[in-house]
Amino acid sequence: MSAEQSHHMPLFEVFVRSKRGLDHKHVGSLHAEDHRQALEYARDVYTRRSEGASIWVVKSSDIVASQESEAESFYDPMDDKPYRHATYYELPDEVSNM
Amino acid sequence: MTERDVAVFAIRLGDDALVLGQRLTEWCGRGPFLEEDLALSNTALDYIGRARFLYQFAGSITGESEDRLAYTRDVRAFSNHLIYELPRGDFAFTMVRQFVIDAFMVPYLEALSASTCADLAAIAAKAVKESRYHLRRSAEWVVRLGDGTAESRQRVTQALTDVSGYIDELFEMDALESDLHARGVAVDRVSLRPLWQRTVAATIAEANLPEIGTGWAVRGGREGIHTEHLGFLLAEMQFMQRAYPGSTW
Repeated sequence: MSAEQSHHMPLFEVFVRSKRGLDHKHVGSLHAEDHRQALEYARDVYTRRSEGASIWVVKSSDIVASQESEAESFYDPMDDKPYRHATYYELPDEVSNM
Repeated sequence: MTERDVAVFAIRLGDDALVLGQRLTEWCGRGPFLEEDLALSNTALDYIGRARFLYQFAGSITGESEDRLAYTRDVRAFSNHLIYELPRGDFAFTMVRQFVIDAFMVPYLEALSASTCADLAAIAAKAVKESRYHLRRSAEWVVRLGDGTAESRQRVTQALTDVSGYIDELFEMDALESDLHARGVAVDRVSLRPLWQRTVAATIAEANLPEIGTGWAVRGGREGIHTEHLGFLLAEMQFMQRAYPGSTW
Protein backbone atom coordinates (compact mmCIF):
# COMPACT_ATOMS: atom_id res chain seq x y z
CA MET A 1 0.00 0.00 0.00
CA SER A 2 2.73 2.45 0.92
CA ALA A 3 4.55 1.65 -2.33
CA GLU A 4 1.39 2.42 -4.25
CA GLN A 5 0.79 5.62 -2.34
CA SER A 6 4.24 6.88 -3.18
CA HIS A 7 3.16 7.03 -6.85
CA HIS A 8 0.56 9.63 -6.02
CA MET A 9 1.57 13.21 -6.39
CA PRO A 10 1.01 15.48 -3.38
CA LEU A 11 -2.42 16.99 -2.90
CA PHE A 12 -2.85 20.76 -2.96
CA GLU A 13 -5.73 22.94 -1.83
CA VAL A 14 -6.67 25.73 -4.20
CA PHE A 15 -7.94 29.17 -3.21
CA VAL A 16 -9.15 31.60 -5.86
CA ARG A 17 -9.90 35.28 -5.50
CA SER A 18 -12.36 36.25 -8.15
CA LYS A 19 -12.16 40.02 -7.88
CA ARG A 20 -9.92 42.63 -6.40
CA GLY A 21 -11.06 43.43 -2.89
CA LEU A 22 -12.73 40.08 -2.25
CA ASP A 23 -11.26 37.24 -0.21
CA HIS A 24 -9.64 34.12 -1.57
CA LYS A 25 -12.14 31.27 -1.44
CA HIS A 26 -11.40 27.58 -1.22
CA VAL A 27 -12.50 26.07 -4.54
CA GLY A 28 -11.14 22.53 -4.38
CA SER A 29 -8.01 20.47 -4.55
CA LEU A 30 -5.73 18.88 -7.12
CA HIS A 31 -2.65 16.73 -7.48
CA ALA A 32 0.65 18.19 -8.67
CA GLU A 33 4.34 17.50 -8.40
CA ASP A 34 5.18 20.82 -6.75
CA HIS A 35 3.82 24.28 -5.97
CA ARG A 36 4.62 25.76 -9.36
CA GLN A 37 2.85 22.97 -11.21
CA ALA A 38 -0.04 23.14 -8.75
CA LEU A 39 -0.50 26.82 -9.58
CA GLU A 40 -0.62 26.05 -13.31
CA TYR A 41 -3.08 23.21 -12.90
CA ALA A 42 -5.20 25.42 -10.64
CA ARG A 43 -5.32 27.89 -13.52
CA ASP A 44 -6.35 25.14 -15.93
CA VAL A 45 -8.80 23.33 -13.67
CA TYR A 46 -10.44 26.10 -11.65
CA THR A 47 -10.29 29.32 -13.70
CA ARG A 48 -11.48 28.09 -17.11
CA ARG A 49 -14.37 30.53 -17.14
CA SER A 50 -12.26 33.48 -15.99
CA GLU A 51 -13.25 33.07 -12.36
CA GLY A 52 -9.90 34.18 -11.07
CA ALA A 53 -7.83 37.27 -10.41
CA SER A 54 -5.44 35.57 -7.99
CA ILE A 55 -4.72 31.98 -7.01
CA TRP A 56 -3.21 30.52 -3.85
CA VAL A 57 -2.14 26.90 -3.58
CA VAL A 58 -1.06 25.21 -0.39
CA LYS A 59 -0.09 21.63 0.29
CA SER A 60 -3.04 19.91 1.94
CA SER A 61 -0.65 18.31 4.40
CA ASP A 62 0.42 21.79 5.53
CA ILE A 63 -3.06 22.68 6.67
CA VAL A 64 -3.64 22.19 10.37
CA ALA A 65 -7.34 21.68 11.00
CA SER A 66 -9.40 21.67 14.16
CA GLN A 67 -10.92 18.33 15.06
CA GLU A 68 -14.60 17.49 15.41
CA SER A 69 -13.78 15.77 18.71
CA GLU A 70 -12.43 19.01 20.09
CA ALA A 71 -15.61 20.95 19.39
CA GLU A 72 -16.66 20.79 23.05
CA SER A 73 -13.62 22.57 24.36
CA PHE A 74 -13.21 24.75 21.30
CA TYR A 75 -16.66 26.24 20.76
CA ASP A 76 -19.10 25.37 23.55
CA PRO A 77 -17.63 27.86 26.06
CA MET A 78 -18.70 30.66 23.71
CA ASP A 79 -22.37 29.68 23.95
CA ASP A 80 -22.94 31.19 27.40
CA LYS A 81 -21.32 34.53 26.72
CA PRO A 82 -24.10 36.43 25.00
CA TYR A 83 -22.48 39.74 25.91
CA ARG A 84 -19.98 39.06 23.15
CA HIS A 85 -22.76 39.68 20.64
CA ALA A 86 -23.83 43.18 19.75
CA THR A 87 -27.46 42.09 19.99
CA TYR A 88 -27.03 41.62 23.77
CA TYR A 89 -27.00 45.36 24.34
CA GLU A 90 -30.07 47.54 24.32
CA LEU A 91 -29.66 50.60 22.21
CA PRO A 92 -30.57 53.96 23.77
CA ASP A 93 -33.35 55.61 21.74
CA GLU A 94 -31.04 58.49 20.92
CA VAL A 95 -28.99 56.17 18.75
CA SER A 96 -31.33 55.94 15.84
CA ASN A 97 -29.17 54.44 13.17
CA MET A 98 -27.07 51.41 14.02
CA MET B 1 0.01 42.00 -53.29
CA THR B 2 -3.61 41.11 -53.52
CA GLU B 3 -6.18 40.59 -50.83
CA ARG B 4 -6.19 37.00 -52.02
CA ASP B 5 -2.57 36.59 -50.84
CA VAL B 6 -3.53 37.78 -47.37
CA ALA B 7 -6.30 35.17 -47.31
CA VAL B 8 -3.88 32.42 -48.39
CA PHE B 9 -1.52 33.53 -45.62
CA ALA B 10 -4.29 33.48 -43.02
CA ILE B 11 -5.36 30.00 -44.18
CA ARG B 12 -1.77 28.77 -43.79
CA LEU B 13 -1.67 29.95 -40.19
CA GLY B 14 -5.17 28.60 -39.66
CA ASP B 15 -4.12 25.18 -40.97
CA ASP B 16 -1.13 25.13 -38.62
CA ALA B 17 -3.43 25.91 -35.71
CA LEU B 18 -6.26 23.54 -36.64
CA VAL B 19 -4.05 20.54 -37.28
CA LEU B 20 -2.12 20.94 -34.03
CA GLY B 21 -5.35 21.60 -32.16
CA GLN B 22 -6.83 18.39 -33.56
CA ARG B 23 -3.68 16.45 -32.58
CA LEU B 24 -3.90 17.79 -29.04
CA THR B 25 -7.58 16.89 -28.71
CA GLU B 26 -6.51 13.27 -29.12
CA TRP B 27 -5.28 13.48 -25.52
CA CYS B 28 -8.72 14.43 -24.25
CA GLY B 29 -9.71 11.68 -21.84
CA ARG B 30 -6.34 9.97 -22.29
CA GLY B 31 -4.09 12.37 -20.37
CA PRO B 32 -1.67 10.90 -17.84
CA PHE B 33 -3.80 12.31 -15.03
CA LEU B 34 -6.87 14.47 -14.71
CA GLU B 35 -5.13 17.81 -14.21
CA GLU B 36 -2.85 17.36 -17.20
CA ASP B 37 -5.74 16.07 -19.30
CA LEU B 38 -7.58 19.35 -18.70
CA ALA B 39 -4.50 21.46 -19.28
CA LEU B 40 -3.80 19.76 -22.63
CA SER B 41 -7.42 20.09 -23.67
CA ASN B 42 -7.28 23.81 -22.84
CA THR B 43 -4.26 24.12 -25.11
CA ALA B 44 -6.10 22.24 -27.86
CA LEU B 45 -9.04 24.61 -27.56
CA ASP B 46 -6.72 27.62 -27.74
CA TYR B 47 -5.44 26.35 -31.08
CA ILE B 48 -8.83 25.48 -32.49
CA GLY B 49 -10.12 28.90 -31.46
CA ARG B 50 -7.15 30.46 -33.22
CA ALA B 51 -7.88 28.46 -36.37
CA ARG B 52 -11.48 29.69 -36.35
CA PHE B 53 -10.44 33.36 -36.13
CA LEU B 54 -7.96 32.92 -38.97
CA TYR B 55 -10.40 31.01 -41.20
CA GLN B 56 -13.16 33.54 -40.51
CA PHE B 57 -10.82 36.35 -41.47
CA ALA B 58 -9.73 34.52 -44.64
CA GLY B 59 -13.39 33.82 -45.37
CA SER B 60 -14.20 37.50 -45.10
CA ILE B 61 -11.95 37.94 -48.16
CA THR B 62 -12.73 34.80 -50.16
CA GLY B 63 -16.32 34.23 -49.12
CA GLU B 64 -15.63 30.70 -47.89
CA SER B 65 -16.99 29.49 -44.58
CA GLU B 66 -14.70 28.30 -41.80
CA ASP B 67 -16.46 24.94 -41.89
CA ARG B 68 -15.76 24.50 -45.58
CA LEU B 69 -12.09 25.27 -45.00
CA ALA B 70 -11.80 22.87 -42.09
CA TYR B 71 -14.01 20.00 -43.16
CA THR B 72 -14.13 19.70 -46.94
CA ARG B 73 -10.59 20.28 -48.16
CA ASP B 74 -8.45 17.24 -48.93
CA VAL B 75 -4.87 16.65 -47.83
CA ARG B 76 -3.22 18.40 -50.75
CA ALA B 77 -5.19 21.57 -50.06
CA PHE B 78 -3.94 21.81 -46.46
CA SER B 79 -0.92 24.07 -46.13
CA ASN B 80 0.22 23.46 -42.55
CA HIS B 81 3.86 22.81 -41.76
CA LEU B 82 4.65 19.13 -41.24
CA ILE B 83 5.59 19.44 -37.57
CA TYR B 84 1.97 20.16 -36.63
CA GLU B 85 0.59 16.97 -38.21
CA LEU B 86 3.02 14.45 -36.71
CA PRO B 87 1.22 11.84 -34.59
CA ARG B 88 0.95 12.72 -30.93
CA GLY B 89 3.33 9.87 -30.03
CA ASP B 90 3.95 9.41 -26.32
CA PHE B 91 3.56 12.20 -23.78
CA ALA B 92 7.25 13.13 -24.14
CA PHE B 93 6.88 13.63 -27.88
CA THR B 94 3.71 15.68 -27.49
CA MET B 95 5.45 17.96 -25.01
CA VAL B 96 8.72 18.27 -26.91
CA ARG B 97 6.91 19.09 -30.16
CA GLN B 98 4.79 21.59 -28.23
CA PHE B 99 7.87 23.17 -26.71
CA VAL B 100 9.59 23.54 -30.09
CA ILE B 101 6.44 25.17 -31.47
CA ASP B 102 5.76 27.38 -28.43
CA ALA B 103 9.31 28.71 -28.46
CA PHE B 104 8.72 29.67 -32.09
CA MET B 105 5.13 30.85 -31.67
CA VAL B 106 5.74 33.43 -28.95
CA PRO B 107 8.16 35.64 -30.92
CA TYR B 108 6.25 34.94 -34.14
CA LEU B 109 2.95 36.15 -32.71
CA GLU B 110 4.63 39.09 -30.99
CA ALA B 111 5.91 40.18 -34.39
CA LEU B 112 2.61 39.46 -36.12
CA SER B 113 0.72 41.56 -33.57
CA ALA B 114 2.51 44.54 -35.17
CA SER B 115 1.21 43.58 -38.62
CA THR B 116 -0.19 46.33 -40.83
CA CYS B 117 -3.20 44.05 -41.32
CA ALA B 118 -5.38 45.03 -38.35
CA ASP B 119 -7.29 41.72 -38.27
CA LEU B 120 -4.16 39.58 -38.21
CA ALA B 121 -2.59 41.88 -35.62
CA ALA B 122 -5.63 41.52 -33.35
CA ILE B 123 -5.70 37.73 -33.70
CA ALA B 124 -1.98 37.54 -32.92
CA ALA B 125 -2.26 39.87 -29.92
CA LYS B 126 -4.89 37.59 -28.41
CA ALA B 127 -3.05 34.37 -29.29
CA VAL B 128 0.33 35.42 -27.96
CA LYS B 129 -1.01 35.51 -24.41
CA GLU B 130 -2.09 31.90 -24.78
CA SER B 131 1.23 30.88 -26.30
CA ARG B 132 3.23 32.48 -23.48
CA TYR B 133 1.37 30.23 -21.07
CA HIS B 134 1.81 27.20 -23.35
CA LEU B 135 5.55 27.86 -23.44
CA ARG B 136 5.75 28.10 -19.67
CA ARG B 137 4.07 24.69 -19.40
CA SER B 138 5.89 22.88 -22.18
CA ALA B 139 9.32 24.18 -21.13
CA GLU B 140 8.66 22.98 -17.60
CA TRP B 141 7.66 19.56 -18.84
CA VAL B 142 10.82 19.27 -20.93
CA VAL B 143 12.85 20.01 -17.80
CA ARG B 144 10.79 17.65 -15.64
CA LEU B 145 11.09 14.80 -18.12
CA GLY B 146 14.72 15.46 -19.01
CA ASP B 147 15.72 15.71 -15.39
CA GLY B 148 13.32 12.99 -14.22
CA THR B 149 13.71 9.22 -14.37
CA ALA B 150 15.94 7.21 -16.69
CA GLU B 151 12.89 6.32 -18.79
CA SER B 152 11.50 9.86 -19.04
CA ARG B 153 14.94 11.09 -20.01
CA GLN B 154 15.28 8.43 -22.69
CA ARG B 155 11.83 9.25 -24.08
CA VAL B 156 12.38 12.99 -24.21
CA THR B 157 15.79 12.51 -25.83
CA GLN B 158 14.18 10.30 -28.47
CA ALA B 159 11.46 12.92 -29.01
CA LEU B 160 14.07 15.62 -29.60
CA THR B 161 15.69 13.40 -32.22
CA ASP B 162 12.37 12.58 -33.87
CA VAL B 163 11.23 16.21 -34.13
CA SER B 164 14.57 17.69 -35.17
CA GLY B 165 14.08 17.30 -38.94
CA TYR B 166 10.78 19.18 -38.90
CA ILE B 167 12.15 22.38 -37.37
CA ASP B 168 13.78 24.04 -40.39
CA GLU B 169 10.45 24.35 -42.18
CA LEU B 170 9.16 26.67 -39.43
CA PHE B 171 11.76 29.24 -40.45
CA GLU B 172 11.27 29.02 -44.21
CA MET B 173 10.06 31.95 -46.29
CA ASP B 174 8.59 31.69 -49.75
CA ALA B 175 7.65 34.32 -52.35
CA LEU B 176 4.20 34.90 -50.89
CA GLU B 177 5.29 35.42 -47.29
CA SER B 178 8.35 37.46 -48.34
CA ASP B 179 6.11 39.73 -50.36
CA LEU B 180 3.64 40.08 -47.49
CA HIS B 181 6.50 40.74 -45.10
CA ALA B 182 7.81 43.51 -47.34
CA ARG B 183 4.40 45.10 -47.01
CA GLY B 184 4.36 44.75 -43.26
CA VAL B 185 1.63 42.10 -43.21
CA ALA B 186 3.60 38.91 -42.52
CA VAL B 187 6.58 38.12 -40.31
CA ASP B 188 10.14 37.33 -41.37
CA ARG B 189 10.51 33.80 -40.04
CA VAL B 190 14.25 33.64 -40.71
CA SER B 191 14.96 36.51 -38.31
CA LEU B 192 13.28 34.64 -35.44
CA ARG B 193 15.66 31.70 -35.45
CA PRO B 194 18.39 33.09 -33.15
CA LEU B 195 15.80 33.96 -30.50
CA TRP B 196 14.19 30.53 -30.85
CA GLN B 197 17.62 28.94 -30.55
CA ARG B 198 18.32 30.80 -27.30
CA THR B 199 14.97 29.86 -25.75
CA VAL B 200 15.39 26.21 -26.67
CA ALA B 201 19.05 25.99 -25.68
CA ALA B 202 18.36 27.45 -22.23
CA THR B 203 15.64 24.89 -21.46
CA ILE B 204 17.59 21.99 -22.96
CA ALA B 205 20.58 22.91 -20.78
CA GLU B 206 18.39 23.18 -17.68
CA ALA B 207 17.00 19.73 -18.45
CA ASN B 208 20.50 18.31 -18.88
CA LEU B 209 19.56 17.11 -22.33
CA PRO B 210 21.76 16.90 -25.42
CA GLU B 211 21.38 19.68 -27.99
CA ILE B 212 18.85 19.15 -30.73
CA GLY B 213 20.69 17.46 -33.57
CA THR B 214 20.69 18.73 -37.11
CA GLY B 215 21.54 16.91 -40.27
CA TRP B 216 18.22 16.03 -41.81
CA ALA B 217 15.21 18.10 -42.66
CA VAL B 218 11.99 17.55 -44.55
CA ARG B 219 9.64 20.14 -45.95
CA GLY B 220 6.65 20.58 -48.20
CA GLY B 221 3.64 21.38 -46.03
CA ARG B 222 3.02 24.82 -47.54
CA GLU B 223 2.78 23.24 -51.01
CA GLY B 224 0.45 20.52 -49.76
CA ILE B 225 3.10 17.79 -49.75
CA HIS B 226 2.43 16.11 -46.42
CA THR B 227 3.51 13.15 -44.36
CA GLU B 228 1.34 10.04 -44.52
CA HIS B 229 -0.16 11.04 -41.16
CA LEU B 230 -2.26 14.02 -42.18
CA GLY B 231 -4.71 11.98 -44.28
CA PHE B 232 -5.64 9.85 -41.28
CA LEU B 233 -6.08 12.94 -39.11
CA LEU B 234 -8.42 14.49 -41.68
CA ALA B 235 -10.31 11.23 -42.19
CA GLU B 236 -11.25 11.28 -38.52
CA MET B 237 -11.77 15.04 -38.20
CA GLN B 238 -13.83 15.37 -41.39
CA PHE B 239 -15.83 12.14 -41.12
CA MET B 240 -19.17 13.69 -40.21
CA GLN B 241 -19.14 16.29 -43.00
CA ARG B 242 -17.94 13.69 -45.50
CA ALA B 243 -20.60 11.14 -44.57
CA TYR B 244 -23.41 13.64 -44.01
CA PRO B 245 -22.58 16.70 -46.12
CA GLY B 246 -23.98 19.92 -44.74
CA SER B 247 -25.17 18.32 -41.51
CA THR B 248 -25.47 20.66 -38.55
CA TRP B 249 -26.32 20.45 -34.87
